Amino acid sequence: MMEEQRYVLELQHISKEYSGNPVLQDVSLTVKKGQIYALMGENGAGKSTLMNILFGMPVIHSTGGFTGTIKISGEEVNFLSPHDAMEAGIGMVHQEFMLIPGFTIAENIKVGREDTLPTLPSRVFGPDLERLNRPKMNADARVALDNIGLDISEETKVAGLPVGYMQFVEIAREIDKKNIKLLVFDEPTAVLTESEADQLLKVMQSLAAKGIAIIFITHRLSEVMQVADYMTVLRDGELVASKAIADTSAVEIAELMVGRAIEKLVDDDKNTKVSTEQNEVALSVKDLYVDMPGETARGVTFEVKSGEIFGIGGLAGQGKVGIPNGLMGMFSSHGDVEIFGEKLNFTKLGNALSKGLAFVSEDRRGVGLLLEESIAHNIMFGAMTTKRDYLSNFGITKLLSAGRMNRHAKDMIKLLDIRCVGGGQRVGALSGGNQQKVCLASALTMKPRILVVSEPTRGIDIGAKKLIMEYLAHLRQEEGLTIIMISSELAELRSICDRIAIVSDGKIEDILAPDASDAQFGLAMSAAAQNSEVS
Amino acid sequence: MGTNLGKFLFKNNVAILFLLLSVGAFAAANVSLPFLFEELFTRFSRNTFMVLSLLIPVVAGLGLNFAIVIGAIAAQIAIFLTVLWGGAGFVGVLMAVGMAVPMAILFGFLVGKLFNSMKGTEMIGGMVAGFFSDGLYQFLFLFVLGGIIPIANDQLMISTGIGVLNAIVLENSIHHGLDNVAMIHILDFAFFASLALSAIMLIVRGVKKQPLNLKQPAKVVLPLAVLYALGFIPAVGRFLSADRLMLFYAVMIALAIVVLYSLYHIIRRKESEKPTRFILYIVGAAVVFGLTYIPELERSLMVVRLPVLTYIVIISLCLGIKWFMNTKLGQNMRTVGQDRAVAASSGINVNRIRIIAMIMSTSLASIGQIISLQNIGTMATYGSHQQVALFSIAALLVGGASVQRATVKQALLGVFLFHTLFILSANAGQSLLGNAQIGEYFRVFVAYAVIAVALAMHAWVRKSNKQVITQIDPRVAATAASAESK
Repeated sequence: MMEEQRYVLELQHISKEYSGNPVLQDVSLTVKKGQIYALMGENGAGKSTLMNILFGMPVIHSTGGFTGTIKISGEEVNFLSPHDAMEAGIGMVHQEFMLIPGFTIAENIKVGREDTLPTLPSRVFGPDLERLNRPKMNADARVALDNIGLDISEETKVAGLPVGYMQFVEIAREIDKKNIKLLVFDEPTAVLTESEADQLLKVMQSLAAKGIAIIFITHRLSEVMQVADYMTVLRDGELVASKAIADTSAVEIAELMVGRAIEKLVDDDKNTKVSTEQNEVALSVKDLYVDMPGETARGVTFEVKSGEIFGIGGLAGQGKVGIPNGLMGMFSSHGDVEIFGEKLNFTKLGNALSKGLAFVSEDRRGVGLLLEESIAHNIMFGAMTTKRDYLSNFGITKLLSAGRMNRHAKDMIKLLDIRCVGGGQRVGALSGGNQQKVCLASALTMKPRILVVSEPTRGIDIGAKKLIMEYLAHLRQEEGLTIIMISSELAELRSICDRIAIVSDGKIEDILAPDASDAQFGLAMSAAAQNSEVS
Repeated sequence: MGTNLGKFLFKNNVAILFLLLSVGAFAAANVSLPFLFEELFTRFSRNTFMVLSLLIPVVAGLGLNFAIVIGAIAAQIAIFLTVLWGGAGFVGVLMAVGMAVPMAILFGFLVGKLFNSMKGTEMIGGMVAGFFSDGLYQFLFLFVLGGIIPIANDQLMISTGIGVLNAIVLENSIHHGLDNVAMIHILDFAFFASLALSAIMLIVRGVKKQPLNLKQPAKVVLPLAVLYALGFIPAVGRFLSADRLMLFYAVMIALAIVVLYSLYHIIRRKESEKPTRFILYIVGAAVVFGLTYIPELERSLMVVRLPVLTYIVIISLCLGIKWFMNTKLGQNMRTVGQDRAVAASSGINVNRIRIIAMIMSTSLASIGQIISLQNIGTMATYGSHQQVALFSIAALLVGGASVQRATVKQALLGVFLFHTLFILSANAGQSLLGNAQIGEYFRVFVAYAVIAVALAMHAWVRKSNKQVITQIDPRVAATAASAESK
């Protein structure tokens, strides 16, 4: 009886803050032997921080540690490095593979724990010079591979293996560690095909049946419903709910993940939502494929009406950021895209810009700005290169017209309330919010017909956030500008957009009205919309 | 089959390009084959050890170690001291190695520390560290020696007494100290050393009450004992008392070993194994034996006399590196070299491994420089070390190695090809352009061009490899396709 109730892992009152910002607040959870425990939540909910704490990652210790206690099999532990966690029998199957392509499967399974035999020099200089016992390494690897039903030679090199196999090699490596008690799967099915994902879930169940506890981090509700015994939802660093799967439903979990009071980012009188149903089509996208690493779009189709604010949401890594980057030609892409009826040519860089599509990149510092240049230069740079604006023609050559540039910069600084000492200030010296305003000013200077803003509020404070959102609403209302806004913050989209497309697995899962229920958004994000009865 | 050949040619494009260049240069240079052979084997014995010292940092992911210059500097300080204190012959070489290696360990440790704080840019860092330490070295030799530390030796110091002479003649010191050890002495030493080691091993096992297992030491001692006994036959004794071995005999001995080894395996093989491989070895050996009857080649083989101990040292290092790569430490180095993040998460101390790799490389380089200088016979105090990294790296790259991958085979092949071209370029310049000076310039040009071309061609192979991988595996293609169609 006592044995039955023993917990493999107990996390008690875990809190953590990064330089004053709490990212985890008083989170407690317990995992039993042989249990599959689902850990759910949006991006930034605190799942990765919790796992980093569990594994004693250096990033935790270098930022002031955490409060609370961790117990493994009833004993309190304090891991100083992932290696300590490994010794204590905790393993991790990583989202991005921790495998060495040039090594064989057996070498990968045994990496850092190679079996060795003593040699003459090793007796003198220490165990570092023992030679590898390859037959034993291969035999052990074989056993681990057989355990998870992978019939591929252990002497195959990992390079060139299908992605799905790599995931299984990772699992084999973890279960080869003899004392493994707890295995963390970090979004293991994200990169797998359907049949591979099914096989993985079966392997998880068979491991659990052998008594290994499993923490399963995933966004996919259907998988949680299929294999998990128990689940916890985190939201904004707080534990929202812990329930047995038997006592809950997909709809409830979806609600728990998303649900929060909608912040009023834009006052209603400043955002009168007009009907744009009858307007002409500003942007039509059919079957757009974008090969952006980590944000791949796989066949996106949607239409945006002129004068509309169209939101694109979804979890990180699902492909929503890939859409604008593909349209702008930042990554190789193909599909049928028409801007006000004109076909977009993907092979010509800058084609979208010249057709009136302006882009405020989510990568402010990398793509959006020239950090070492002045505010004025940044504001007019795009217009100068694509529209040949702000240039004086001297016959043999065209030179930058400093006067016009500075006048325009001054106007923009005033209009957007960019806090700076003047147009000549270096952009790198500005705060995040003001940098974002410079990006916006730069995009507007191109006099676009469609403005695409990607993650416009990432990393900026609430005041600047409100101002930017209000200005976007103002642009639409006063100037009839069509705006496409991509954001990870659902609340933000819901406060300003007319329609919101939710991207999952590189495709548009659903297009929802901003006042649709939390459950609908949650289900769309977890790619479970069509699998459930809610509609 | 055709595509296989194409792939092979493409994969080895660097080595093949330089093979063709060497053949072309030989045709143009108008020199005799014996001349080329003699030069080539001399240079081979001088430079191979140094090139081999580059391998370990490549494996550990530190790239091409331009900092071997620092190892060479340690060697030259040690040689200066050896000459100053009158070390000579084989003992002198041991003295130099004994002083150079501790210095190289210290320097390697410091360079390793430096490299750990600049991961990803080790090559340019190594180059600059080399220049910097050259500056310190010049300060030491131009000013400190004689200027601060009084040294009374007019053979080494310039007439004012401050600063070391431009060239140090090693004639009465360690010149050929390693090359000139007679075979019979090597054999004696090997026999008694193996006896002593076996005895120690058996005693230790006896004390620890482990099974004695006499078979293991016997395997080593018995063949040596047979050779040792053979040395007492006058004819064999006379042959063995020489310190050089005619290349012709070396080839014959090598062929005999290949044939005996193959026969042993054919007789002892298990039923299930096919002897095809070993039969091919024997056929190959027979073909090589046949080739030695070509008069020009036979003459060439007769001309070259190999310094036996030097070659034994080089071969031992080759085998040693192979052995090392199969140890736990070697495997850790490979892991670190392939992916530092994976290594760290598997509990490998990445920084420590990288420092060990640098220490090993720098120490081997210092020994390499001693081997090279004892063969040349003069040390250009301010010049011998300067081009060491450039030429060694060029040689390694010519063999088909790259920044990420280098093997013993590539190092050996590279030394052969690079130095063939190096020897021939002066003569080729003479006969093609009528000016030997142009050929001399061409040598330096070749070294730099080799590095540039090899790196560019390697990048080319790698770039196309990336595409090849996604094309080859049908399962990968299928996975990608199904992901797209979803």
